[in-house]
Amino acid sequence: MIPAPFDYARAGSAEEALSLLTEHGEDAKLLAGGHSLLPLMKLRLAQPSVLIDVGRLRDLSYIRDAGDHIAVGALTRHHDLETSDLLETEAPILKHAAGEVGDPQVRHRGTIGGSLAHADPASDLPAVVLALKGTLVARSPSGEREIRADEFFTGFLESALAPDELLTEIRIPKVAGLGWSFQKFNRRAQDWAIVGVAAVVDGERTGVGLVNMGSTPIRAAAVEAAVAGGASAEEAAQRAVDDAEPQADLNASVEYRTHLAKVLVRRALEEARA
Amino acid sequence: MRITMTVNGRERSSEVEPRTLLVHHIREGLGLTGTNVGCDTSSCGACTVLMDGESVKSCTVLAVQADGADVTTIEGLARDGEMHPMQQAFQRNHGLQCGFCTPGMVMAAVSLLEEVPHPTDREVRLGLEGNLCRCTGYQNIVAAVLDAAGSTQEAGA
Repeated sequence: MIPAPFDYARAGSAEEALSLLTEHGEDAKLLAGGHSLLPLMKLRLAQPSVLIDVGRLRDLSYIRDAGDHIAVGALTRHHDLETSDLLETEAPILKHAAGEVGDPQVRHRGTIGGSLAHADPASDLPAVVLALKGTLVARSPSGEREIRADEFFTGFLESALAPDELLTEIRIPKVAGLGWSFQKFNRRAQDWAIVGVAAVVDGERTGVGLVNMGSTPIRAAAVEAAVAGGASAEEAAQRAVDDAEPQADLNASVEYRTHLAKVLVRRALEEARA
Repeated sequence: MRITMTVNGRERSSEVEPRTLLVHHIREGLGLTGTNVGCDTSSCGACTVLMDGESVKSCTVLAVQADGADVTTIEGLARDGEMHPMQQAFQRNHGLQCGFCTPGMVMAAVSLLEEVPHPTDREVRLGLEGNLCRCTGYQNIVAAVLDAAGSTQEAGA
């Protein structure tokens, strides 16, 4: 399978990427590692007329201690996340979940920014960033703005990013010492999650994200509220689909997804509290 | 677009369409047909090559993305007519049946040992999760990788 023809432009800097985006508008797509976009283009489900390659912007690949949070450059690869000592201490759920994405080859190429901007409800990292109550930084020719993770995912494969914006950084609150769990249920090792749950448990600051439980990555606000209100894992898990709109596909019916979400939320809360 | 990459130690410069996949460039542009196309959907790993020393699925990389990169394919592993230790280990342990997945398996295994020089049985299995053997010959493949790493195979699977 070969993508439809397109023009290719390689950005040498974030500024150049922004000016290329402005020049080509909505016909252009940004290419990072390409492990979400290229499969879509090979299936001709996406046919951008211009690809702007930001994959070489190494200055947007970093994991830094920024005081009250960890700053992760958008071009940081899953492999860099899964081998990060800083994340091991400050946000271990992100390190762990990055190691669950795809397979080693995919993790050598795929980036956290690409995964978030792609906004696939079946991806692992969006749910983790939701659970961590992260913030995304978008840069455009007119400046920079912060977008809360729970306001970032607006529709199926759609995000709050404007056509002229480049996702540059993900800010993750430090959660050292907090209980966490990432539950990924699938049939085979490298598969997408049929349902996944990311949970960081800390009373009123509890965050729970759901994978593949609707048209967007889902924040399970009702579960978070139940935990904050002192509910048991079993009780809170009954609220697992309150914020979700599970859909049927080849892997699972709506009923099965609903069942899985409740079981996995319970397991996640139990493991996070253990 | 003009691209230049070092392939198996040799600089190769070519004119490619931006939509050319790295695997097609390697096979058809450069004539190195040891790298196989299997699923063509980044699932099976038959097209695995090393890009700057790390395993990638060349069906999901554009040739233009590999411009300037150091690419190693299965043809580039042998030295002075002698098989790479990983290839020898696959041979010793009969780590193949039909052989279609073998080039990708070997490249993924070489990349794995770069990152984890002495893996456990489980680490080998996880490290090769991106490579499918439809003959289901995994047992001897894992044995081969452990052999190449100088690890002794642990009991059980």
